[in-house]
Amino acid sequence: MPERMIRLPDLNTHGWPVHRTVLAVVGTLLVAIAAWSSVFTVPAESEGVVLRFGRFTKTVPPGLHFKMPLGIDRVAVVPVRRQLKQEFGFGTPGATNRWQSSGRQEWSDEKSMVTGDLNAALVEWVVQYRIDAPDLYLFKVRNADATLRDASESIMREVVGDRTVDEVITIGRQEIEVQSLQKLQELTASYEMGIKIDQVQLKNVNPPERVQDSFNEVNQAQQEKERAINVANGEYNKVVPRARGEAAQKIRAAEGYAKKRINEAKGDVAAFVALLAEYSKAPEVTRQRLYLETMAEVLPRVRRKIILDEDAKGVLPLLNLGGDTLAPPSRRGAEGGSH
Amino acid sequence: MPAKVIPFAAAVAVLLLIAFFASAAYTVSETEQVIITQFGKPIDEPVTEAGLHFKIPFVQEVNTIDKRILEWDGQRTEMPTKDKLYISVDTYGRWRITEPLNYFRRLRDERSAQSRLEDILGSETRNAIAKHDLIEVIRTSKERVPTPDETLEGNEGGRIGVLHPITKGRKKIEEEIRAAAKEKLAEFGIELLDVRFKRINYNPSVVTKIYDRMISERQQIASRFRSEGEGEAAKIVGDKERDLSGIESEAYKTVQEIRGAADATATEIYAQAYDQSPESRSLYEFVKSLDTYREVVDSDSTLVLTTGGDLFRFLNKMSGQ
Repeated sequence: MPERMIRLPDLNTHGWPVHRTVLAVVGTLLVAIAAWSSVFTVPAESEGVVLRFGRFTKTVPPGLHFKMPLGIDRVAVVPVRRQLKQEFGFGTPGATNRWQSSGRQEWSDEKSMVTGDLNAALVEWVVQYRIDAPDLYLFKVRNADATLRDASESIMREVVGDRTVDEVITIGRQEIEVQSLQKLQELTASYEMGIKIDQVQLKNVNPPERVQDSFNEVNQAQQEKERAINVANGEYNKVVPRARGEAAQKIRAAEGYAKKRINEAKGDVAAFVALLAEYSKAPEVTRQRLYLETMAEVLPRVRRKIILDEDAKGVLPLLNLGGDTLAPPSRRGAEGGSH
Repeated sequence: MPAKVIPFAAAVAVLLLIAFFASAAYTVSETEQVIITQFGKPIDEPVTEAGLHFKIPFVQEVNTIDKRILEWDGQRTEMPTKDKLYISVDTYGRWRITEPLNYFRRLRDERSAQSRLEDILGSETRNAIAKHDLIEVIRTSKERVPTPDETLEGNEGGRIGVLHPITKGRKKIEEEIRAAAKEKLAEFGIELLDVRFKRINYNPSVVTKIYDRMISERQQIASRFRSEGEGEAAKIVGDKERDLSGIESEAYKTVQEIRGAADATATEIYAQAYDQSPESRSLYEFVKSLDTYREVVDSDSTLVLTTGGDLFRFLNKMSGQ
């Protein structure tokens, strides 16, 4: 700026005072432009890298700063504190970072991969990163973001290539994230591109579309298996505990029977022993008494009783009463129940 | 007149000075290196230091050459592997110009450098792929043992869930490509930093077969699950039947034992009492017969009794027999 100040009056002093005002206006304009181009601001999330005649001189923090005007100093603003991300195999619309995702027609190629058991899988993922060394980011590598995209695709395939399709799709997800993060960090560090990888996240990971049905079939079959086992277990549990209960019931009933049987036997025997004691004192009388008592008990129950004199055998034919068949006279003795 | 000529001449002189200065001064950015040519012929060593520099104006020309690590993004190419699988391979490489003079003499600009890279790396990639089975460029570490999926456990002898063995692996092959191309590129003043496979995918003509295989693998797993389910269920049904028979027969056995023992005990008790003497035996016989009458004779019976019997023997005469 000072050089211009000197040069302007230089031009003025020689002649044409008529144009003084014009020159003054032009001079002021030049000064204004110079002043304008010597001020710059660095936004909060960024750092400014100042180049003088193309040579890196310093980095400045966010805020208002001055520089040499008219292209002597140039400033590159690098968003060092912004969390940047790159998406692979898909894209979130409205991204401000033009490296965030590739064109829609690239997505399907981006996510198709071959697994270590020579199957195919569709893997979508996100890489979160930050620019941590603006000078490296700007000067060491041309187009660091594009390099990161290439590196990330390469690393992801390297990691997926060492795994089976089942690991990729289901059980190995976290391991893949961890390992690809580590490998990508190593690779970007070796490229010295001033980028720090914060995270690698897997998004949708699927078998290829045409194969998806058969993968679902496996899940279904798995559930069918569970179901078949559950149904069988249910049937078992419905029947066996009941059978156990019934068995216990039968055993208890048998125990009851045993108790009853023995008690009855003891009772019967006690009664018999008592009777025997009496009987042995007077056998004949007791015998008679028992006989008569029994008869007294039994006979009233019988509706029809016929008492015959031993000598009156001729009565028999008249005894056809009520159609009942009578015992033949030969069984008379038995019916009489004599002892 | 001279009074007017002087400022005019001064102005022209200043303008000439500015033009001279502008032609003499040039800037080199941090990302560049510069080769000064005189009438198209490079002179001196290339300027690699960033900042303001000077040259002989009008005669000498500035040629800027990138100093950074540059990308080479290979064309996606279809090529066969050693095991005759057609795959599409997409590679990328990192390179930089380490000998700018050489580079400038041989290639002049980046466009021709890129096409040279494409030629050399393209053909080296093709060679490397053709020399190896597909799995060699897919897998990297030989030792890795896959984590088995416990839910898919038990497909003995199958090829499912198994990583195919390799002898070299992706990284080694990438390194081979790099080593082969490195020297060819060195003569152009280019240092090849690395070459990596970006994408390797099945060619559409192969993919159908791959998918069919995947489908059949999955169906195999699915039918194994189904038959496992049926097998397990059958086993449980068997268990059920076995346990049922066991429980029931066990119960029957216990019941019979208890009842038998009780009957035996009762019989013993009875026998002890009834069989103790001839007297007791005769009493028992008598009492039992009486009991039998009680049971046998009911209201439907018709009793024909004679006066000769024990009961009515006093009916005819007091003295009995």
